[in-house]
Amino acid sequence: MSLLEIRNLHVSVDGNEILKGIDLTVNAGEVHSIMGPNGSGKSTLAQVLARRDAYEVTEGSIALDGKDLLEMKPEEAACEGVFLAFQYPVEIPGIGNTYFLRSALNAQRRHRGLDEMDAMDFLPLFREKLKLLEMDDKLMNRSLNEGFSGGEKKRNEILQMAVLEPRLAILDETDSGLDIDALRIVAGGVNSLRSPERAMLVVTHYQRLLNYIVPDFVHVLVDGRIVRSGGKELALELEEKGYGWTETPQPVGARA
Amino acid sequence: MRETAVAVANIDSWLESFTEFEKRAAGRTLPWLHRLREDAFARFCEVGFPTTKDEDWRFTNVAGIAKTVFHSASTAKLAPGDSAAWRVDDVAATLVFINGHFDAELSEIGNLPKGVTVASLRERIESHPEEVEKHLGRYADTKRDAFVALNTAFIGDGAYVHVARGVVVEAPIYLLYLSTRENAATMTHPRNLIVAEDEAQIAVIEDYASVGGESVVLSNAVTELVAGESTVAQHYLIEREHLKAYNVSTLRIQQGRSANVASHSLLLGGGLVRNNVHPVLAGEGGECLINGLFLGTGTQHLDNFMHVEHASPHCGSRQFYNGILDGQAHGVFHGRIVVHKDAQKTDAKQTNRNLLLSDDAQIDTKPQLEIYADDVKCTHGATIGQIEENALFYLQSRGISEQEAKKLLLMAFAEECVERMQSSVARDHIQHLVSEHLLFTEGIVPVSSGERVTERVTGRVVEEVR
Repeated sequence: MSLLEIRNLHVSVDGNEILKGIDLTVNAGEVHSIMGPNGSGKSTLAQVLARRDAYEVTEGSIALDGKDLLEMKPEEAACEGVFLAFQYPVEIPGIGNTYFLRSALNAQRRHRGLDEMDAMDFLPLFREKLKLLEMDDKLMNRSLNEGFSGGEKKRNEILQMAVLEPRLAILDETDSGLDIDALRIVAGGVNSLRSPERAMLVVTHYQRLLNYIVPDFVHVLVDGRIVRSGGKELALELEEKGYGWTETPQPVGARA
Repeated sequence: MRETAVAVANIDSWLESFTEFEKRAAGRTLPWLHRLREDAFARFCEVGFPTTKDEDWRFTNVAGIAKTVFHSASTAKLAPGDSAAWRVDDVAATLVFINGHFDAELSEIGNLPKGVTVASLRERIESHPEEVEKHLGRYADTKRDAFVALNTAFIGDGAYVHVARGVVVEAPIYLLYLSTRENAATMTHPRNLIVAEDEAQIAVIEDYASVGGESVVLSNAVTELVAGESTVAQHYLIEREHLKAYNVSTLRIQQGRSANVASHSLLLGGGLVRNNVHPVLAGEGGECLINGLFLGTGTQHLDNFMHVEHASPHCGSRQFYNGILDGQAHGVFHGRIVVHKDAQKTDAKQTNRNLLLSDDAQIDTKPQLEIYADDVKCTHGATIGQIEENALFYLQSRGISEQEAKKLLLMAFAEECVERMQSSVARDHIQHLVSEHLLFTEGIVPVSSGERVTERVTGRVVEEVR
């Protein structure tokens, strides 16, 4: 059984069809990259996987480890192992970073029948991950993402991912707005989480991130459809030729 | 009789209550006090209860109070176990009032620094009337305000706090007012006098609650807080009575030169609540922080009426009120700022933020600036919104349930106000009450996103900066 099976997925927002029949299979241990021009539906796909209800699925199915993902609320999907690193992480004044992350972890642990972690147990784990992302622990005493720079917010997303250890990690434009040092740190964090039990979906507009997070498969999304799939070299080809090139007819497949 | 008020309908029963009260009242032989009460009662009869035609009462209808015959509440005894639950740790002193009457057994005055007097007002009127006379009734307005007049007519008991010049009391003084279940509608008129002389420091918590079930009760409290020169004072009001309670409270602050005073309030309970805060910045360079949080649900009506008077130059005032309203609750924030002719270089700011959690919840927010000086800075702003959908999704996407995520976001919204509370003892107590309240408040409905900004200004605005 595949970790993620998307079949003929059609998604609309306010009556406009954004995704027009996506097929995608992702197995445990694989890293897939979804590339495409702006407005092609990449972020929509990411948000639908995280179960944002503003997106209406009009047709098709998504199975996560054989379970119907479309039946799940966002928190249920998260508890089943879906993690979305947001393109625009939300600032929430008044909720502490550390408190938030421990609450999230404990909500997921409860779902899995594990004991909750108290602050004392949580701290060493948290410190270790902070080090991995080269983050200042002073940031963590602040409110969730409040006053964080763009790079700090993105690192905080990967920090959360490292603590929550998802089964399916979706990175939505995690590279946007990062300088090269921050990009290396973020990519290092992501790479440390690659494992045979985990799959990743890396959504990006540019090839740059894929120099650091090397995907097993690359899919090109244009106008709500996957128009090409291939190995990591497809990303380089895209970088060179641009997205216009993909619009010439090619055999389309869900998998390379 | 003005049309903005109704004649006191059951005048006979009020007169009867007042006559009965006067026979046994503390200090009834003191001419000044007798006159204060008599004049106030006469004024109450004359003024009558306000109607919604009175601009200051436009959003709050007190017909329910005007129609009810209230009896003076009698003393009651609490089982020792019942009172233990109400203790707040680490306070400098605890004064407990049951149905408005001081309960010495449940109170704990303990070791206070030299120069600090904490007593029941009743006791102080009898033992040191001259001290009380200096301030009692000198600030609160009995001329226009029927509730203050009524309270003044019925001055009987409450707290008396005096801090001598330069004395610092770090831990707050805790005043707890409990009403018990009675067979008839009852009223209490707690009257508190807090005097902090020059360069003193004090914090007082007034906490209103009910025990033993619901019966109609009117808590009509007046507190006069006098802060001398360079004095630092904090006042905390907590309203958590049951839903049959009418609670009208008036905090009248008189600030001396360079005094720094804060009024904090938390409204959780009560069916109809009117929270009047009226600071007068009478000396130069004074600072006043007016900070409050109101959480309403069901059919609760929570009215916050601010009246900030800048009477001297170089004073600053900051108003921050946050409201969360669910069910059919109705909230009011009325923020009047009056800048007198000579109060140049006034810096007054007002912010009211509201979350409406249901379609039927309602907020009326009304800034009102009356500025008679020409070199001032006054700003105001109000927002009305719902729980932000983006933030909710973000929390849910990490595994936190929708319900829990909403509570977290509401707590965070409340926290903005809680964080401004300087005393850690008061802050912890209030934070605990808020989080318990949010945990047990039912019926938070699905939300939509978006924020509306409303603004209404009346009065004369000379300069206004957004």
